[in-house]
Amino acid sequence: MMTALTKEWLEQRRTHRLLIVSLVFLLFGLTSPLLAKFTPEMIKMIPGGEQISLIIPPPTVIDAVTQYLKNMTQFGMILAVLMGMGMVSQEKDKGTAAMVLAKPLSRTAFILAKPAALAITFLIGTALAAVAGYYYTLLLFETLPVGGWLALNGLLLVYFGVYAALAVLASTLNRSSLSSGLTAFGFVILLVLIEIIPAAKDLLTGGLLGWAGNLALGAGGEPAWGALAVCLGLIVAALTASVLIFRRQEI
Amino acid sequence: MNAIQIERLTKSFGKFRALNGLSLTVEAGTVFGFLGPNGAGKTTTLRILTGLAHADGGQAWVDGLEVGKSAEIPSRIGYLPEDPAFYAWMTGIEALDNLCQIHRIANPERKRRVSELLELAGLTEAGKRRVGGYSRGMKQRLGLAQALIHRPQVLLLDEPASALDPAGRKEVLSLIEGLRGQCTVFMSTHILADVERICDTVAIIDHGQLIINAQRDALITRYAIPTLALEVDGVDQLAGLAAEVRQMTWSKAVEDDGRRLTVTVNDLATAQRELLKLAVAAGLVVTHYEQVKPSLEDVFLRIVENGKEARPS
Repeated sequence: MMTALTKEWLEQRRTHRLLIVSLVFLLFGLTSPLLAKFTPEMIKMIPGGEQISLIIPPPTVIDAVTQYLKNMTQFGMILAVLMGMGMVSQEKDKGTAAMVLAKPLSRTAFILAKPAALAITFLIGTALAAVAGYYYTLLLFETLPVGGWLALNGLLLVYFGVYAALAVLASTLNRSSLSSGLTAFGFVILLVLIEIIPAAKDLLTGGLLGWAGNLALGAGGEPAWGALAVCLGLIVAALTASVLIFRRQEI
Repeated sequence: MNAIQIERLTKSFGKFRALNGLSLTVEAGTVFGFLGPNGAGKTTTLRILTGLAHADGGQAWVDGLEVGKSAEIPSRIGYLPEDPAFYAWMTGIEALDNLCQIHRIANPERKRRVSELLELAGLTEAGKRRVGGYSRGMKQRLGLAQALIHRPQVLLLDEPASALDPAGRKEVLSLIEGLRGQCTVFMSTHILADVERICDTVAIIDHGQLIINAQRDALITRYAIPTLALEVDGVDQLAGLAAEVRQMTWSKAVEDDGRRLTVTVNDLATAQRELLKLAVAAGLVVTHYEQVKPSLEDVFLRIVENGKEARPS
């Protein structure tokens, strides 16, 4: 497993995946509190914006956290899907999987090393965003509870994990990048459709993000342990399915 | 002891039957040529032996271990696919180092082995460059190097010289030939000259079935068609001699290309005596006279074209 992980981690660095995730996340960590703070000012600058700005309440730390969550989830989800969807299918298609799997490398290690390396990349990116976001929120608004902020970012990682695991499953199911991309975005759409149902939303990523926001702001509210359990369950189920399917596949 | 044993292997892709009860054995220590026309089932057989594909039926053993049941097989085999693929972002050194790690070869042995293999593949200079920039021939040589990383007992090669230029092919074939006795080489190819040059045993398959499995020389002798060739100075008179030879009972077929007369015969001993006599009697000056040795290509074509007729009973 360590050999496979070493290769995957090297690939994350060599193919600039780590750099891309780090830069994108750092950018949103920095700009989210800035955008929250200066959105009313920016609206004032557009023609007729003066009138609109009058009805916008003064920005608060809640806006900064909301902006951070919105940006990170949108772009994080896209990056997780884009980076996960080619991980297995491309190796099958190009023939690199056949080269290494004819050697004493288990198929389980081959599959699990991929989301593990992706997790390290997202962990580093999220850590950069968290530090930047915390610092700018502190500068522009007020101090956030450190524990709550850490919890928010931890829950964000779980959120990214759900999409990355589904993308890896899609990649395992397919041989071409196009079909694995279509399957991965199919999974995303399915998840979005399920979350339209209010009861399901509370038990999926929607519930997870609501809880993350409350924790960061030190607000009360019900903890969403159910949503966390379902999301972690989804990750485990998607990766287990990937391993079981891959072990039976012809390479 | 058999290095590879295959019994009644079957494999279908939809309605296409790639392997149709293939059975064969490969003796340990030999360089085994696995021949067949395109689509005969050669690559499918190799992929099943490596565990990358699964057979629908039948059994196979590699180095005494049953394919599909023993996790030990990948440690015993070296595999070179027809189109070896590497991570384009790795250098040649990193590619071999990564595969050494999979085989749990620790440093300093790992470093030494990588360096040895790069030299063997003629890639010492290119070792620090990314594999993505390698030519197909360089990838093929790197592919052969990676197959040898752990000094395997059985080497499975799928068209090992197909992408190489004549010089590269010669080097690779010499390298494979040098492995005789050290490990068993099971080599699929469509380049019959390569098989003729280095393989001591040959199997020919077609439509997923074994047609013949024999020692190379025995095979050539068994399927040899007695043929005589004669070259003369008087080119103008060759047509007359050809017409005369066609009337002979010992003559089966006569080919006259203007300079050379090639005669396929029924009775070799009589033909050897009579052909020369006829040429001299016709007043021709014979410059070259030989019994043509059939090539493996002739044998292959004959066996495959005859199909079932040539199969062993």
